[in-house]
Amino acid sequence: MIAGLMHYLLLSAVLFALGFFGVLLRKNTLVIYMSLELMLIAATLALAAFSHFNDTLDGNVFVFFILTIAAAEVAVGLAIIVALFRKRGTVQVEALNHLRH
Amino acid sequence: MANLLFYFFALLALVSAALVVVSKNPVNAALGLLLSLVGVAGLFVLLNAALLAFVLLLVYAGAVVALFLFIIMLLDTRPGQQKPFQRMTLIAATLGGALLVVGVLSLNQRAALPAGGASVTGPTLKHYAEQLFTTYLLPVQLVGFLLLIAMLGVIVLSKKSDQAEEGS
Repeated sequence: MIAGLMHYLLLSAVLFALGFFGVLLRKNTLVIYMSLELMLIAATLALAAFSHFNDTLDGNVFVFFILTIAAAEVAVGLAIIVALFRKRGTVQVEALNHLRH
Repeated sequence: MANLLFYFFALLALVSAALVVVSKNPVNAALGLLLSLVGVAGLFVLLNAALLAFVLLLVYAGAVVALFLFIIMLLDTRPGQQKPFQRMTLIAATLGGALLVVGVLSLNQRAALPAGGASVTGPTLKHYAEQLFTTYLLPVQLVGFLLLIAMLGVIVLSKKSDQAEEGS
């Protein structure tokens, strides 16, 4: 069986679901952030697959932009996590409930 | 041969993505992310996008995962203090993921997907440059501004918390 567009899309969906699992289940902010990156990568995989099987370049260019923005996003997000750790002394989400009260 | 490679890289990406989700130690999670990226980069090569695979490894494996490992080292979060998953959240996550997979599967049934993949060589650097400097010229400029703003934001963020610590 030749790996077609469907295989890539299914793989991308499962990868996205795994990242979703991580975001919902884990309590460590850093691991949640890694799972977010995983979801982003799954989306780029779907874009590249569509681009290849439609014989266009637009999807690949979009992946280019996504990678650039992901790099900026990671820098800002990790800076926020470090600032949070300095302020609160923890990165576990169940300890960060100050807005609840 | 290409099929075998597809399944190998797909398995690598999935297994190491699962490692990210379940591993107790954040360092292991970061290394799982790295392996998953290698798998996806291999899939990019199979999709005739070798340049994207190269950029993915350069940006993600070279910068992002290294940054993650650096922050983990800086924060010194102890492993093994993870609580067991909550049952309700587990059910919700499983339902959400299953819905996504069912959606993609029903897409296979309803929509006529292109069989495609006619070009053997794939796009070269020249094709990317043509697209980036004609059709996508404005987005390229905007992304440049975004990177600048992100850089300034990171500087402000780390400066502010320093001053707050000195003040208190």
